[in-house]
Amino acid sequence: MKLLDVKDLEVQFATPEGSVVAVNKLNFSLDKGQTLGIVGESGSGKSQTAFALMGLLAKNGTISGSAKFEGQEVLNLPEKQLNNIRAEQIAMIFQDPMTSLNPYMKVGTQLMEVLIKHKGMSKQDAFNHSVRMLDAVKMPEAHKRMAMYPHEFSGGMRQRVMIAMALLCQPKLLIADEPTTALDVTVQAQIMSLLNELKDDFGTSIIMITHDLGVVAGICDSVLVMYAGRTMEYGSVRDIFYRPTHPYTQGLLKAIPRLDTEGEILPTIPGNPPNLLRLPVGCPFQQRCEFVTEQCQQSAPALAEFEAGRQRACFNPPAAIATVSGSEA
Amino acid sequence: MKQVNQASNAILEIQDLKVQFAIKQKGGWPWTPPAQLKAVDGVSIKLYEGETLGVVGESGCGKSTFARAIIGLVKSCAGSIVWMGQDLTSHSESELRAVRQDIQMIFQDPLASLNPRMTVGDIIAEPLQTFFPQLSKTEVRAKVKLMMDKVGLLPNVINRYPHEFSGGQCQRIGIARALILEPKLVICDEPVSALDVSIQAQVVNLLKSLQKEMGLSLIFIAHDLSVVKHISDRVLVMYLGNEVELATSDELFSNPKHPYTHALMSAVPLPDPDKERNKTIALLPGDLPSPINPPSGCVFRTRCPQAQPQCSELKPQLTGDDSHQVACLLVE
Repeated sequence: MKLLDVKDLEVQFATPEGSVVAVNKLNFSLDKGQTLGIVGESGSGKSQTAFALMGLLAKNGTISGSAKFEGQEVLNLPEKQLNNIRAEQIAMIFQDPMTSLNPYMKVGTQLMEVLIKHKGMSKQDAFNHSVRMLDAVKMPEAHKRMAMYPHEFSGGMRQRVMIAMALLCQPKLLIADEPTTALDVTVQAQIMSLLNELKDDFGTSIIMITHDLGVVAGICDSVLVMYAGRTMEYGSVRDIFYRPTHPYTQGLLKAIPRLDTEGEILPTIPGNPPNLLRLPVGCPFQQRCEFVTEQCQQSAPALAEFEAGRQRACFNPPAAIATVSGSEA
Repeated sequence: MKQVNQASNAILEIQDLKVQFAIKQKGGWPWTPPAQLKAVDGVSIKLYEGETLGVVGESGCGKSTFARAIIGLVKSCAGSIVWMGQDLTSHSESELRAVRQDIQMIFQDPLASLNPRMTVGDIIAEPLQTFFPQLSKTEVRAKVKLMMDKVGLLPNVINRYPHEFSGGQCQRIGIARALILEPKLVICDEPVSALDVSIQAQVVNLLKSLQKEMGLSLIFIAHDLSVVKHISDRVLVMYLGNEVELATSDELFSNPKHPYTHALMSAVPLPDPDKERNKTIALLPGDLPSPINPPSGCVFRTRCPQAQPQCSELKPQLTGDDSHQVACLLVE
């Protein structure tokens, strides 16, 4: 059985200007111990996917479809049942560690609260366990830090607290929503290597939501590329990076400036991401796509498997290109 | 990469620039003197005509303060900033304003740096109206339209407001506003870090082509090394208010000498699964020290894997030839 099986997930928001489909018929599944990367630009619906799974959508949001976690439906669950799943089965870390920690509570109290509520531990046990977990995320002087407030920590240390808190109940799935975007590169490297180690130690599955393709390359087993709420391409990390076949994936990979290669002018994707309120008929990427055909303007291509384990939504896919120098095409 | 014409005159010469902020001490008496936060601590650099100088470093390294000090948005407390032969540090506010016709700035948050109650046309025209009040409305309008065309904004958006634009387009408006006075130097403070990857490439290319067309010098501040590598002729690496390495872009990225530069570069994730998983990252232990109480000697020594006893005694200065300078006692 798959750990997580998402079928036709759709998230809609009712806004004064009309309804917005933020996530459009998303399908993916995740095995135990696997890491899935969800990549996309702002507004592509990658964060809303995570919020939908955790039941954290804004009030004007509605969900349809199904998401089965170990066979149990998690979408649209009542709050009480959701609370049993959150933290114990699925935990989440957020982009900005300062705004997701309570500034009025000591870090230790916040950590212990999770254990006392979910595991019914005594205060003493919860304290000891929390210290052990802070040690596990390589927090120096963990014992002393328990009595400190979030503002006394640096950004990287706060993110370690968040990770420790997420892992306290040993969840089977960790959803990381841009966990390193607010951090400096050297700190990002520390956090990523920590996540890589924890993944192996605890056997946790991870959904890594990010716009940074470098982060994806470092940790993910498979990648889902999203654009305007839809899946554009899905495949193993090697396939996506070395043999991308969707025009958007190719454009994205070509547009990033790289440290490991030379180049004078960056190839770009022309135009801007579409407004979700006024999506064009047909493929959402058509206005920026160089391979656009008439068919693309009439109907949206369905996501279809074109190779074992690889899916793509495109009517006129270009040939796979070698985007990375020095690797097999 | 474009060869830097070292023979051409430096348009900007900064000597030993220091910027300090007074920080009220916790629990101090009213007469306790405030602590001094050393945001920029002795940066010297020359900028040549038409070149792009990249400034990189992590948050808190003083790169933005450095840029703001050049244009006079924060006061420097020591050192000199010589712009075309005149020292800006001794200038009064009104004298500085005249200089700002030649030095313009582009900011990080494209939407926050545009007045939400002004139309795009008014925003771009404002610098013109400030410096050339004699221009007629039609002349201003014509110049604005020309500029909008240059940065890739359609002429029909001239009467729209900033909130109607996406981040990338707002940044184009900011660029148009900075360039309408035909400045000689544009300081870009993290101009692309708030933008999506596909838009980022567009803005970088735009800046590059405008630079060629108008003969601009650029100071390009960013924390993203790959972007800096792509756009810069020379790169300055800063750490805790100090310059640690200054070299031509090719030289720096192919042969980083300072341990900090090395760590910084190895930390950048590569969008290539095989390379990314097989590379060795020089992880820096610990956190950034406080700039209120920086370490003695070399400021990087507390996190440096190669630190020696002598590093705590002597503060290293930039040494080396014009193409590559390093501030490290251990690097020959």
